[in-house]
Amino acid sequence: MLEIKNLHVKLEEEDKQILKGVDLTVEAGKVHAIMGPNGSGKSTLSYVLSGKDGYEVTDGSASLEGEDILDMEPEERAAAGLFLAFQYPVEIPGVGNMTFLRTAVNSQRKARGEEELSAADFLKIIRERAKTLKIDADMLKRPVNVGFSGGEKKRNEILQMAMLEPKMCILDETDSGLDVDAMKLVSEGVNALRSEGRAFLVITHYQRLLDHIKPDVVHIMANGRIVKTGGPELALEVEQNGYADILAEAV
Amino acid sequence: MALPQAKIDATDARLAGLDLPTAGWSADIRADALTRVRAMGLPGRRDEYWKYTNPETLINADAPNAAVFDAQESPMFDGVDRIKIVFVDGVFDAQRSDDLSGENLSIERLADVADLDLHWAKDAYGVLEAKGQDPVQRPLATLNTAFANDGLLIHVTGQVDKPVNLIYEHKDASSDAMLHHVVKLDAGASLTLLENGPAAARFNKVLEAFVAPNATFNHIRTQGRDHERRAVTHIFAEIGAESVFKTFTLTANGVLTRNECIVWLQGDEGVAHIAGACVGDGDFHHDDTVFVTHDAVNCESRQVFKKVLRNGATGVFQGKILVKPDAQKTDGYQISQSLLLDDDSQFLAKPELEIYADDVACSHGSTSGAIDEEALYYLRSRGVPVGEATDLLTLAFLGEAVDEIEDRDLADMVVERLQGWLIRHRR
Repeated sequence: MLEIKNLHVKLEEEDKQILKGVDLTVEAGKVHAIMGPNGSGKSTLSYVLSGKDGYEVTDGSASLEGEDILDMEPEERAAAGLFLAFQYPVEIPGVGNMTFLRTAVNSQRKARGEEELSAADFLKIIRERAKTLKIDADMLKRPVNVGFSGGEKKRNEILQMAMLEPKMCILDETDSGLDVDAMKLVSEGVNALRSEGRAFLVITHYQRLLDHIKPDVVHIMANGRIVKTGGPELALEVEQNGYADILAEAV
Repeated sequence: MALPQAKIDATDARLAGLDLPTAGWSADIRADALTRVRAMGLPGRRDEYWKYTNPETLINADAPNAAVFDAQESPMFDGVDRIKIVFVDGVFDAQRSDDLSGENLSIERLADVADLDLHWAKDAYGVLEAKGQDPVQRPLATLNTAFANDGLLIHVTGQVDKPVNLIYEHKDASSDAMLHHVVKLDAGASLTLLENGPAAARFNKVLEAFVAPNATFNHIRTQGRDHERRAVTHIFAEIGAESVFKTFTLTANGVLTRNECIVWLQGDEGVAHIAGACVGDGDFHHDDTVFVTHDAVNCESRQVFKKVLRNGATGVFQGKILVKPDAQKTDGYQISQSLLLDDDSQFLAKPELEIYADDVACSHGSTSGAIDEEALYYLRSRGVPVGEATDLLTLAFLGEAVDEIEDRDLADMVVERLQGWLIRHRR
């Protein structure tokens, strides 16, 4: 599904290399987790994949289902099936959540040459999916993320994911700022979307999210590279012993 | 103080080509207005009130031509159940207008009643314009009082269900028009007045509104479909106790547009909302100049102005709230903001508060900014193409002004217009 090879990325504005050769392959139907200390490049990886400005790819490649995504505009990557759940979802005053979601869904359908959803069909689907995430009608009407609590913002990200039905979902610290109940709710939302044709890349600092969203593969990222890959037990090891041993081993 | 010679010459040059109507009830009012124009002189670049807007082409003896604009859209407010009144190049068109009557409503054409010796408008025409000369002079409005020979005298005695729609059409590339409307709402009356369409190559319009206690006056207008427009408009509104006055203006392009709105909250618990949304793409200039006077207790005023500018467009906002000593419990709000879509556009703002009462809440804010890049990236990451995402954010920016329109159907029509404009002007 997602294939990243030797990816080197630096900040556009300063000569600072952030990613220094990331190699990562995520297969369809699988959940991969990335853990790693602060500043290891995890969020940068998610931004670069989704097409945020300000980063320069100096070497390497990234492809989605065999298609090079690094030359695509962010909206093209989304239409191709990539989705990033933001660590800090952006507030957009004046744009209703519902309008935003409908525009997004129909833009993607249009880009893929599919018929746009009618207002009635869209309403039916969103009501149903919002309900499972305990998102009420009021939250759908309010401006995007404005005045939302931390938990509401993350639930809203998962709702977007559920509506857009992407193939490759990247979750950037979706557990940050969530209480235990909210984490459970968000995880259930994610688990409900797990399917054979869909892959997940879950970026997190903590093992506890992985108790809810069980990964198939765990990667440890440090200093701009994947330094170790293993099964779910790797996350437990980090939780118990920290990164020191793994990093020492990697050097 | 003697006027500078250049100002006297410019004023004389403009007045030389105009004929003062001398018959009927308005003769004395017009003669007085002419005297006042001569005493003030027409505005010039050196006047503080015209610091950001060059009035030269508004006062030239000859109006610059303006090509008739071939708009592809259907006219604004089409489909609204309304009383239509058409003016072509500033002249009333009886054939294409609806019957000038309705329940609780009397509408007369200024030109039709000009020769009468007596008319209710004798005590109204030019009164608010004259009052509005203090503390700031507005000579172009006075010029209008003196010379406008067409316009409407609207008297509202109760609730009027259908909006009255003044539809302007521009067919002559060299037309130079002045219209003067007077709207008088009796106690408890209500009216919605709509205005749309290009009026003339050069247009000078005055609207005087007398809003008696417990009355409601909603005013919505659109200015557009004439890129070479030069227009100066004045709204003078006096608001009685517990009355509501709401005015909204959508302005699209146009070489030079100066919209002045002068409001007095004269009775306790009156409400005045003045809002505008401007969109300019090119060498266009929009000036909103607002002066709200609180002269009674417990009144509320809001000024909400939003401008989207690109490609050399200039936006100006001069807004003032004056709170008189006895106007306690005043709630005054003013915001003016511009969204600059490139580095070639500019926004010049002069927000002012002048407060003489001690128990008031007044706030004002003014900002200029670009599109929020984070929000743009967020929308694009969800699959919304950059053009559409920019439009969505631009409309959201204008939304606060459009939200001032009370009637949701009319507000939706305005939003639709803005959407159309944004799509046509997409990069």
